[in-house]
Amino acid sequence: MIETKTLPTQYVSRPGALSTSSGKTLRTDEMIINMGPQHPSTHGVLRLEIVVDGEIIVDVIPHIGYLHRCFEKHAEHMTNYQQVIPYCDRLDYCAAINEEHSYVLAVERLLKIEVPERVEYIRVIMAELQRIASHLIAVGTFGIDAGAFTPFLYAFHDRELILDLFEMTCGARLLYNYFWIGGLSHDIPPQFIEKTKAFCKYFPARIKEFNDLLTYNEIFVKRTANVGVLPKDVALNYACSGPMLRGSGVNWDLRRDDPYSVYHKLEWEPQLGKGEMGTVGDVWDRHIVRMREMEVSVRIIEQALSALPEGNVQAAIPKRIRPDAGEIYARTETPRGELGFYVVSDGSGTPFRVKGRAPAFVNLSALPAISRGAMIADLVLIAGSVDIVLGQVDR
Amino acid sequence: MTAEEILNTLKARFGDAVVESKLDVPQPWISLNPARMKEVAEVLHDDPSTQFDTLMCLSGIDYNNGKLGVVYHLFSMVHRHKIVLKAICTKEEPHVQSVTSVWATANWHEREAFDMYGIVFDEHPDLRRILMPYDWEGHPLRKDYKVPEYYNGMKVPY
Repeated sequence: MIETKTLPTQYVSRPGALSTSSGKTLRTDEMIINMGPQHPSTHGVLRLEIVVDGEIIVDVIPHIGYLHRCFEKHAEHMTNYQQVIPYCDRLDYCAAINEEHSYVLAVERLLKIEVPERVEYIRVIMAELQRIASHLIAVGTFGIDAGAFTPFLYAFHDRELILDLFEMTCGARLLYNYFWIGGLSHDIPPQFIEKTKAFCKYFPARIKEFNDLLTYNEIFVKRTANVGVLPKDVALNYACSGPMLRGSGVNWDLRRDDPYSVYHKLEWEPQLGKGEMGTVGDVWDRHIVRMREMEVSVRIIEQALSALPEGNVQAAIPKRIRPDAGEIYARTETPRGELGFYVVSDGSGTPFRVKGRAPAFVNLSALPAISRGAMIADLVLIAGSVDIVLGQVDR
Repeated sequence: MTAEEILNTLKARFGDAVVESKLDVPQPWISLNPARMKEVAEVLHDDPSTQFDTLMCLSGIDYNNGKLGVVYHLFSMVHRHKIVLKAICTKEEPHVQSVTSVWATANWHEREAFDMYGIVFDEHPDLRRILMPYDWEGHPLRKDYKVPEYYNGMKVPY
């Protein structure tokens, strides 16, 4: 059994311990540095209070809430369940489809309705396209954190192609309101399949190019290997999920281990960090997991496209959404990890309580544990590798 | 383990700490005495037959009948089983024992429940507001919450 009670202390602060060659001691002192909320490398409005001793981080205290939009309060005050979906989009604006997926899944399970198979396949295709788009932002901006600007442009060029596919389907490029409870807002347009297939053919070569540019770049590897190591037991105790957990070598993916939609009918494997460049669970491992997951997503999309059945995508949409009194916790694997919605119904037409278990919020809470003892220059990389979206952290 | 077995284990071990339970729902839940959450959590986490190593979610809730609740969704990666625990307290005495020492992830979730519902988690290492400003008054997700007219002397247009 894994011992998860005690966290490793990577650095013990000892003010005054630094001694000079003459035998006298230099007095060192701890200093507090403020980073954010308006800082280009915090990926949004995150404020970190950093306690440093020289260049070594003694402690990091994150202050969040600058982007709090009262999502849960809004959800309780809508006139029906359907109206919450656009607010879910705005939780994680980089991966809106995945947020919708989790919420509609929770409500569908409360209502005990089955959705047509075509809907499930289209949902998987969209969710995986969105995963690629989101990972492209993650690795692109992560490159900027490390001082590499060019890969960012490559990433955003390819992300644009995916956004075009979404625009073609539902008219929106960022916040879609595409998944409805029991179905979809539109069926896919006729050219969609052909264009998505073309994208799947084009994209793997670009991943290779991106890897050559950034992932295996010697400077990048030296900056990221052995930095911000998150051990397995700490990751589990902090309930980290997604690439953060898999980067630490835990073979866990909700798409396989708590199946939803049609993932169990497709062939694919979760990608794990193996410590190829340094220690298992370092910043480089989290990066490579994201790169490999994009390849996996392409394979899932290809399989789902070829198996796509016919049907009416709006056949199962209920006329009136009024679940019986009860509660449900449904979770899906989003690009950032486990997004769960705890939805409580009191039998009326509006949710009594909606709690969003945001993966970025939970993953960020492990940041102090993995930053202690690191150099202050590496903090930007460590925070970047957690891949937070502040819209989701602050809700 | 099934929910029934977990319930029987808890009953045998803690007796009167188990307040209520409901097993015939999609996600069975067990309601416990809020003052004994930590010892129950420790056993569920450490016992080889349960081994709940992951706290998936911790939510506060206002039942709108003078009661507040904390809902714990537990999962075991080893045994692949789930259980939902509840700790229900009153609005007059909103005290629940913290489980941060068992699952580190509970730290921020409990701070959020404190921020939004005013539930005080006893023995929590760092119980501060997390999403709202530190000088905010009131707990916004309570059902009887009224939006304040003024914040620090500034009129809030609403």
